[in-house]
Amino acid sequence: MEKQPCYHCGDDCDSESIQYDEKCFCCNGCKTVYEIFSENDLSYYYDLQTSAGSTPTAIEGKYDFLETERIVEKLTEFNDGNLQIVNLYIPLIHCSSCIWVLENLNKLNPFISSSQVNFSKKTVRISYNSQKTSLKDVVVLLARIGYEPYISLEDIDGKEKKVDRSLIYKLGVAGFVFGNVMFLSFPDYFDLSSSKTSGGEFWLNQYEVVFRWLMFAFSLPVVFYAGADYFVSAYKGLRSKILNIDVPISLGILVLFVRSTLEIMFDWGSGFFDSLTGLVFFLLLGKFFQQKTYSFLSFERDYKSYFPIAVTKINDDGTEESTQVHEIKQGDLLLIRNGELIPVDGLLYKGKAQIDYSFVTGESVPVEREFGDKVFAGGRQMNGPIEVEALKSVSQSYLTQLWSNSVFKTDKSTRFQNITDSIGKRFTIGVLTIAFLATAYWLFFDPSLAMNVFTAVLIIACPCAIALASPFTLGNMLRIFGQKKFYLRDTGAIEQLAQIDTAIFDKTGTITTSKQSTATYQGMPLTKEEESLLKNTLRASNHPLSRTLYDILSDHNIYTLDDYEEHLGKGLEGSKGDRHIKIGSSEFVGREEVSDNLNTAVHVASNNAYKGKYVFHNQYREGVSEVFEQMSEQLQLAILSGDNEGEKRNLEKLLPKLTPLYFNQKPEDKLAFITSLQEQGKKVLMVGDGLNDAGALAQAEVGIAISENINVFSPACDGIMDASKFQQLYQYIIASKKAMKIIKLSFLLSLLYNVVGLYFAVTGQLEPVIAAILMPLSSISVVGFTTLMTNLLGKKLK
Amino acid sequence: MSVIYVLLAISIIVAIVFFAAFIFSVKNGQYDDSYTPSVRMLFEDELVKQKKSLQKSNMDTSIESNN
Repeated sequence: MEKQPCYHCGDDCDSESIQYDEKCFCCNGCKTVYEIFSENDLSYYYDLQTSAGSTPTAIEGKYDFLETERIVEKLTEFNDGNLQIVNLYIPLIHCSSCIWVLENLNKLNPFISSSQVNFSKKTVRISYNSQKTSLKDVVVLLARIGYEPYISLEDIDGKEKKVDRSLIYKLGVAGFVFGNVMFLSFPDYFDLSSSKTSGGEFWLNQYEVVFRWLMFAFSLPVVFYAGADYFVSAYKGLRSKILNIDVPISLGILVLFVRSTLEIMFDWGSGFFDSLTGLVFFLLLGKFFQQKTYSFLSFERDYKSYFPIAVTKINDDGTEESTQVHEIKQGDLLLIRNGELIPVDGLLYKGKAQIDYSFVTGESVPVEREFGDKVFAGGRQMNGPIEVEALKSVSQSYLTQLWSNSVFKTDKSTRFQNITDSIGKRFTIGVLTIAFLATAYWLFFDPSLAMNVFTAVLIIACPCAIALASPFTLGNMLRIFGQKKFYLRDTGAIEQLAQIDTAIFDKTGTITTSKQSTATYQGMPLTKEEESLLKNTLRASNHPLSRTLYDILSDHNIYTLDDYEEHLGKGLEGSKGDRHIKIGSSEFVGREEVSDNLNTAVHVASNNAYKGKYVFHNQYREGVSEVFEQMSEQLQLAILSGDNEGEKRNLEKLLPKLTPLYFNQKPEDKLAFITSLQEQGKKVLMVGDGLNDAGALAQAEVGIAISENINVFSPACDGIMDASKFQQLYQYIIASKKAMKIIKLSFLLSLLYNVVGLYFAVTGQLEPVIAAILMPLSSISVVGFTTLMTNLLGKKLK
Repeated sequence: MSVIYVLLAISIIVAIVFFAAFIFSVKNGQYDDSYTPSVRMLFEDELVKQKKSLQKSNMDTSIESNN
């Protein structure tokens, strides 16, 4: 039978599909959501986009903590005891159907008065009557229809994020003034009022003064509000003895303003108000363009966005209680349910733990722990409920301690000087030299023109086009990379990426995939019957290693076992007829010799005779060796792995010879390793994925997090890269280098305009109309050039 | 003669009105999310239709019950 996609989520329906209402569903969860939607007249959801839904996950008891008054108080944006407004982050929002159904929540719960989706941020703002319904009800409703909100510790701790709209205001002011001043300058442009003697338009002559003072009035907010940032930045630069690009820009703005004001005051001319406002407008436009942010991604996450808000605490008298994670004290007994995160380091008190540390290390195979073993914060329990006795508070746990390192407190962008600022110094000195030389010359020949020439040079040399080249090139590159699923935090990251000479990789989850692993068999070959029995025994087990092995083994007939037993933490036993098989740890199958292999292995014994073992290997990403081969030509490479040396031989085969491999690296070790490289003057790129790389990612010049699913969280970094693009990594580095070349070329282009302008300025013939033409022309051609070049570059990228 | 002052004043006032409208809309958060509204406006019709059909069926039942 042909496989039918699930009507709700689009997954293939297996043999166990459910037929309901003439539609096919892959599981009961999907069917339930469909039922909810169709009963509440929301089936339009499926018309908008087919198979848009997602399977709801089991949520029993997960949101009990939302009953706690104080937590609700902290999560809600507005709360007057009657009306509550909450803003929830829902990572699953992905299409118009999602928007539609989430904005029609009031059909599912009549006490929800309104809900509004912000698609790019993947949030929904819900207002509801808290007398009639509760936050918990709302969240559970969302989870039931497959839109589970993500609530983490960060939501409670996070300070109010204020939206900074000042750039839009400034851009608005500058644009508004620029337009009006242009109109008011028209009489001057067409020389209508040039002089009374030439018989210019009488009418405009009469009102020349009014027009000019109006322009003056308009330009005030531009200089003192919209352009204020440039003065501040230039002042800060000068105070720390740096000539950044804002110095000549502010000098240009100031000179333009003062000279224009003087001109209209003493009726020397009409001033350069149009150029002044245009200059500020274009500069701000560049800033705006550069400010592309991926609002659905966060580059500043720390452990708080992974951690839950509350856990269940078991009191001395045996009662359960939701308690905030911050309030956990040493000695508290915590109940961790299946699928919940362990928030503190602790001792396993009760239950069998199977902990998935993939958040922390990237390693996806869960670790088993038994009574009395230590469990670390950041692990996710995968196998039924456990009870854990807290050994430390949250902030002092093994993993979270990393965040007390100073590297997380310094702002990375202040640590390097961008390309525009680095040429700012030479540029400023050059312009000032020309200005003084020209003034000296004119003082000698015609002192009346000297001041005019001095100011004209400073005006025309104002590096508008230079200041635009970098934001437009890099801003465009950022978008191109974004389309290729390589998301960088800001344009500075591209510049840094172009400069790196060392690349450090994490192993697990970065160059290996976290989804699958492969296993090879070592030992006496298994007979067909044995293999078949093995597969059928594995079929009954839910242990992740069994599942992996089951998927790897070739297909056999499925039959029922006569006898099956699972020994938790040890292995499986199964029999059919006279055949008997044991699968599991080496002690369990009765193997005497001590295992020397560090890799995870599953041993097999048939009829109580040891047969061999399946050794699990990491599955490396496609093209890892090619990427390393290419990169090793230009860059120094190294691998920093938190794992043991089990994979050393495999890695040595894959990677270029003599690539340094370091194993057993703790999070602090990785951070220290990067720091030591930087002390040798290296520019380091760190590629990692787990929280244990967070320190190294923050310390490195560029930290890139590899992610199988970009909607799932990745640690604080400068860039997030979709795992499928790993092969392209080196191409992206090359592209960044090329982008820097484009910037340098456009610097040349704009210098050309400056030379032309300077000719007019130095010879004392700078008319306002020439400035008004040259300034926008140079800016626009630079913008056009960079956009064209970067798009060409982007086309070549895969 | 002084009509030009009037004209200038009017033109500037009109311009400032638009400018104020812009500032107002930014302050209202209209520029914060530029994507969702573009999708949302496409729903409107369908939503009304559905409400109507719902009301209709409600009315139908109420008429029936009246009878």
